[in-house]
Amino acid sequence: MVTMVTAMHMSDGLVNATTSLVFGAVAVVGLVLCLVRARADLDERTAPMAGLVTAFVFAVQMINFPILPGASGHLLGGALVAILVGPWVGTVCIAIVLLVQALLFADGGLTALGTNITNMALIGVFTGYGVALLLRRVARRSRSGLVATAFVAAFVNTVIASLGFVIEYAIGGSGGAGLGTVFALMVGLHALIGVGEGVITAATVGAVAAVRPDLVYLLRGTATPLVRRSAPATPAAGGAA
Amino acid sequence: MNGRRGFLLGFLVVALLVAGGLSYFASSSPDGLDTVALHGCQVTETGGGEQLDGTCIAQNAGEHATSGSPLADYSVFGGDGTVGIAGVVGVLVTLGVAFVLFRVLARSARSARSARSARSARSARSAEPEDD
Repeated sequence: MVTMVTAMHMSDGLVNATTSLVFGAVAVVGLVLCLVRARADLDERTAPMAGLVTAFVFAVQMINFPILPGASGHLLGGALVAILVGPWVGTVCIAIVLLVQALLFADGGLTALGTNITNMALIGVFTGYGVALLLRRVARRSRSGLVATAFVAAFVNTVIASLGFVIEYAIGGSGGAGLGTVFALMVGLHALIGVGEGVITAATVGAVAAVRPDLVYLLRGTATPLVRRSAPATPAAGGAA
Repeated sequence: MNGRRGFLLGFLVVALLVAGGLSYFASSSPDGLDTVALHGCQVTETGGGEQLDGTCIAQNAGEHATSGSPLADYSVFGGDGTVGIAGVVGVLVTLGVAFVLFRVLARSARSARSARSARSARSARSAEPEDD
């Protein structure tokens, strides 16, 4: 059954060519920056973890959960990857998922890759990370604090990422619905989806933290993501603090 | 080391179970964005796909450029009940791409780090010349 509306992400044609091009450029610039910054967060220990987190997001994005009769939602994954592998690596993770989905699974248009990467990778990950940073003291205090932080960050990342589409539609939408309607529906539906995103993110982060807290980026020693470590972290730095 | 291997293997098994098994229970209703895109339209299933009557954003959606892909729409050659197989393939492809990319980035970061420390070590003992 090949239809044009079974895709989970933006299809081609929902916004005009100029808008697609502009957000394609935004996505490329953002991704290059993330690739450069990601290097500082990657070593023999974290690279395999980042690969698995990417595969996990692909898997969980397949699981649409019902939110209303006739409507569903699925994980976006921004806060999840930001908390587990950091914002720079995490943005690359989501972008890889979106690329594989668009190229192999006909999910998300090719010309819509820029808008999809902007919304779910750049906006979603950095929003989730921003919220997680704000709550970092809570997150580091206890496991339940971390789980609560993951829930809140995931909820916010879902709603804000959905606003990305509203902005793109406002700039160059192809029409079919009024902007106010699009805004209200997107935010309303994604507030519901955000609850599901929050539950999945909290459960996943909680499970990883229970087994390997040293692999949770948000719990890393003293390293703040904007200050590059000059020396390799000492073993004592992981998990503690 | 073994503990980490075990953890990563467990993570992979969970991802494979989700994509290969849980995917059969996923909702087939349109997601949030599609619901908005379809708002205002009446959707009728036809043999060739879906017919949209009314006025909605989704009417502007183009046919997907890779809709001819063997894995299009999370199926294997469009076969019924193949979503789990498509999911497993997707997990492995995603893992492969991400693993290679992150390994390369980690290696380049490490060699950049060691080149930096080698440089500073050389300048520290510049008294004894040592060229390589």
